[in-house]
Amino acid sequence: MVQIFRPGADTIARIVLFAIPTVPVLAVGFAYSLWHSPYATAQDVTREQPVPFSHEHHVGGLGIDCRYCHTSVEKAAFAGLPPTQTCMSCHSQIWTNAPMLAPVRASLAEDRPIEWQRVHNLPGYVYFNHSVHVAKGVGCTTCHGPVQTMKLIRQAAPLTMGWCLDCHRNPAPSLRPHEAVFDVDWQPPENQAEVGARLAKERHIASPQRLSECSICHR
Amino acid sequence: MSARQHHKWIAPKRLGYAEISAAVSDPIQRGGPGRAWFIALLGILPLVLATFIAVGAVLTVGIGLSGVNTTVVWGFSIANYVWWIGIGNAGTLISSMLLLTRQGWRASINRFAEAMTLFAAAIAGIFPVIHLGRPLYAYWLAPYPNTMELWPQWRSALVWDFWAIASYILFSLIFWFTGLLPDLATMRDRAQTRTGQVVYGALALGWRGSARHWAVYETFHKTMAALAVPLVCSVHSIVGLDFAASLMPGWQESIFPPYFVVGAMYSGFAMVVMLAIVIRWGLSLQSMITPAHFDAMAKVMLFASIVMTFSYATEWFMAWYGGEHADRTVIGYFFTGDYRWLYFSLLFCNCLVPQLLWFRAVRLNLWLLAAIAIVINLGMWLERILIVWNTLSHGYAISLWRTYHVSLYDVVILIAPLGLFVLGFLVLARILPIVSMHEVRQLAHREGAAA
Repeated sequence: MVQIFRPGADTIARIVLFAIPTVPVLAVGFAYSLWHSPYATAQDVTREQPVPFSHEHHVGGLGIDCRYCHTSVEKAAFAGLPPTQTCMSCHSQIWTNAPMLAPVRASLAEDRPIEWQRVHNLPGYVYFNHSVHVAKGVGCTTCHGPVQTMKLIRQAAPLTMGWCLDCHRNPAPSLRPHEAVFDVDWQPPENQAEVGARLAKERHIASPQRLSECSICHR
Repeated sequence: MSARQHHKWIAPKRLGYAEISAAVSDPIQRGGPGRAWFIALLGILPLVLATFIAVGAVLTVGIGLSGVNTTVVWGFSIANYVWWIGIGNAGTLISSMLLLTRQGWRASINRFAEAMTLFAAAIAGIFPVIHLGRPLYAYWLAPYPNTMELWPQWRSALVWDFWAIASYILFSLIFWFTGLLPDLATMRDRAQTRTGQVVYGALALGWRGSARHWAVYETFHKTMAALAVPLVCSVHSIVGLDFAASLMPGWQESIFPPYFVVGAMYSGFAMVVMLAIVIRWGLSLQSMITPAHFDAMAKVMLFASIVMTFSYATEWFMAWYGGEHADRTVIGYFFTGDYRWLYFSLLFCNCLVPQLLWFRAVRLNLWLLAAIAIVINLGMWLERILIVWNTLSHGYAISLWRTYHVSLYDVVILIAPLGLFVLGFLVLARILPIVSMHEVRQLAHREGAAA
């Protein structure tokens, strides 16, 4: 009887048999890596802005407080973007003819807000409130990274739900004394575990029971 | 035993190995589909199309197409799911339990019974998904690594269902393929075309029929069969737990898991009987599927019918004996409520009609047997829909009592998937041996028909 298959067919059969269990696992692993990568999360991506506003210069260099521009961060869900008038509180006096600031002057003259490109964008079904995080002692740089070093602002954290939960399930390492919340140079002390646990208790932060409930963020 | 029949499980006096192979594989490899096949295909195509339209509609429009309301939140989808998975239960049951108990006669029916399991379980899997409301998130039932750092809710019966069905389908597929291996080699060796040789040859995984092959095969197949037994029980027990793990009167009964397993065996055997009758006629397999087969299967159905009747009676008794007001009210609602005529039909179909099977003449009359099998499957579907409707329509909160109103979509997803089921068999009958050739050869040898 004539052979149906050549000897090489055995190798193909072995490869196929090996692939049946391994390929699905690898495919899931690949999909997960992709979904976790900056390609999907937009982490560390800088966006082109109408004016190349530098946090490095204004925060790191000049030492302007976060709240000078983001005025509602202690009181509202949205931290607030400054109106053109806030920029002009200085730039009506200094760098008044800088070409880089032309869009800012045009914005004031035409009474039209500058269209900043949003960098930190949460889905609509996520309820996020800046004020409660500030009130409970989560510092700006904990989530936004070292903004005092960023020439253009970028998303320092992945902003995935898993990243939110990392802190909601274990907030102690991220809690600061109230006076340090807006301190961009704050570093956790040696005994942060102890301090954080005490702060969590004092501030009635019920984690993980309460903070990992679905309805905390999905209302 | 009739005059024509010389052996119990093999009809003709002599049925050689080659004749068995020819009888099963020649219609596929040497004959065309035939007129009956085409008529059947044309007949079921509208149903197949209707299934796709109905599923497409519910995926685009939403669950509002179904007759469910805020009280009766489960409906046809759930009943159909339980019904199909029940049918899917019998194939592996026949293969594994009958193999382990050395019931040689299973050889003639196990192959298509296993195929029935695969098709029915796959169809059953559609229903929970289209009932989800948010079917696009069906994959959330699987514990895959994700950026949300979330696991499925292990306390949810839906997740148990996912594991029960997924492992059952996967296992049934491997088990079915294992049994198919020697037959695929036969198909390869008898193939008329190069394509046939290559396709069957590749699927046969190099089977040569050596003594060592058979020894390994027998060990593996029996081990698989032993593994199948707990799976057969678990899959429908889990379906029972979907109800029993709730707090609803009429559902939270510890009898549910075993009662569901027996119910599954009951409707599954009824479906196997139907298939056996049709396949025996369609493929002219009178030599291998004998009246004794139908006699044996009818006895299993009779036994299951008695157990089901006993289970219903236990349900009534426990409601009375337990003394819980809501339970008693629901049982009262069975007999006097909005769906009472359906409940009486259920008792008629599942408990009364199958008692005819006590008579040998009925067991050997294929027309009557087919009618009884249909009645049983109808009764078993009624049982499932009534489990859903009775409890949900008559729960704890009197202000919420409400009945179900059947929609057109409900009717379509009840009837149309039958077309899908038949389509599966029509395709299968044209490409793979629908009866296990190597096991029938063994049977013929044991019966003394091959010598």
